[in-house]
Amino acid sequence: MFRKNKFQKLKEDLIEKLLFLFSLVSIFVTVGIVAVLSFETFAFFKEVSLLEFFTDTQWTPLFVRKHFGILPLLCGTLLTTLIAMLIAFPAGLISAAYLSEYASEKARGIIKPIMEILAAVPTVVYGYFALLFVTPLLKKCIPGMSGFNSLSSGLVMGIMIIPLISSLSEDAFHAVPMGLREAGYALGSSRLQVSLRIVLPAAFSGVCAACVLAISRAVGETMIVAIAAGQQPRLTFNPLVPIETITAYIVQVSLGDTPHGSLEYRTIFACGMFLFVMTYFLNIVSYKLRKHFQQVYE
Amino acid sequence: MNNVAFNITRMRASYGNKEVLKGITITILPNSVTALIGPSGCGKSTFIRSLNRINDLIPSFRISGDILYRQKDIYDQETDVVELRRRIGMVFQKPNPFPKSIYENIAYGLRIHGFTIKETLDEIVEASLKKAALWDEVKDNLKQNALTLSGGQQQRLCIARTLATQPEALLFDEPCSALDPISTAKIEELIHHLKKSYTIIIVTHNMQQAARVSDYSGFFLLGELVEFGKTQDMFTAPKDKRTEDYITGRFG
Repeated sequence: MFRKNKFQKLKEDLIEKLLFLFSLVSIFVTVGIVAVLSFETFAFFKEVSLLEFFTDTQWTPLFVRKHFGILPLLCGTLLTTLIAMLIAFPAGLISAAYLSEYASEKARGIIKPIMEILAAVPTVVYGYFALLFVTPLLKKCIPGMSGFNSLSSGLVMGIMIIPLISSLSEDAFHAVPMGLREAGYALGSSRLQVSLRIVLPAAFSGVCAACVLAISRAVGETMIVAIAAGQQPRLTFNPLVPIETITAYIVQVSLGDTPHGSLEYRTIFACGMFLFVMTYFLNIVSYKLRKHFQQVYE
Repeated sequence: MNNVAFNITRMRASYGNKEVLKGITITILPNSVTALIGPSGCGKSTFIRSLNRINDLIPSFRISGDILYRQKDIYDQETDVVELRRRIGMVFQKPNPFPKSIYENIAYGLRIHGFTIKETLDEIVEASLKKAALWDEVKDNLKQNALTLSGGQQQRLCIARTLATQPEALLFDEPCSALDPISTAKIEELIHHLKKSYTIIIVTHNMQQAARVSDYSGFFLLGELVEFGKTQDMFTAPKDKRTEDYITGRFG
């Protein structure tokens, strides 16, 4: 009496299989990407030694005198990331603290959607914003600055990342039990003391997770730096001159006329692999931190 | 009227449109334990949470009436809430130690009030833990995270933390509801000791507890204070029928 008819069972099985297949798609894609990356990277390192890759201070694969040192590109990536984080960490954390501990319901209702719009702007728009608005503006204050530089792209990237840090940190603040705040207030704390000395430390690993994720996002960011930071791999921490990041280099080569299968062509896979390992590592750190944070409050 | 701690007349409180206290008038004497009993939702927690203005954190909370502590209006515009809360300490229903070390939990309240000398901090931390009958259990592990303590120990730590800032009055909002009977007994004993130096108000669901620890009792029902008087009188000869029904277990 309670037995399903055959057709129904078949239908349910079919649906399950279908859903399973779709979930496999993303796994296949990931495996495919890693496979292609590894294959081409392996081919690259057959011709260029790891030692050269990590210690040479020049990156000139497209020139006659070829050098394959990742350091200048890495330096460019780190420099833009550093500038971006100098903006995004404080601004993101302060806005998260404001939204979670100070803002009235009404203020939150207005500010949060605006922040979300900031996160929804395409990065190419940010790129041109950096190149055509921020750079000329900065040039007025710093006359010696070049048209392409890491400062303006870093600044704009920082602005772009504020909502990410803000929203993730706010979640972490929000997860701090109300009881801790009450305990703080009951002992005679001011609002600032509760925010800085109770809520922030309690949410610390969650906030760290947000920041690490933001770094990973900045390291992998492409359009802004490709448009506004220049295309000159350079081992420098001077923010006023053109540089090139790892991602910008990949764009440069893949848009150019480098023949497939050549060593020059393979450089982008080596760079891609390097980038992948870096962001993957950062994401794992972020994940672990978040896990740790969740364990504390269960 | 110098010898009065809290003097409250016609206190009304509401959350949004929902009125939860409908004119409470009560006088609380210093160095006594006053227990507030009543069924869930009767307003006793709202009442006690109004005395240190911790309910100010709830945006929809409104309050009116004369609410005096030591002849001063708690809800006056000029009231320094930080100082008020330091003088009127509170222990909550669920133990809520900070996720810091045992030592830092107690030192926190001192630090925010400007104590920085290490010797003074050490001294007060030890004294507070002793007063809260926790010192012997934790004296060798002061650096340990407070969250590793048992529930009963955490609650005594919260009491020690409150005592450290040298309050005059202590508000206990169902301090034992999350604890086992042995921990409960320890806290009750502690309250009994603390009475000598503090004015204590305790909200409890447990009538035996009220009978055991308090000198005065108040019975709350639907936002009103039905009966208030000496605990002994109230539990042996309640004046109001509703009180009698409640304490004999006929409802609630």
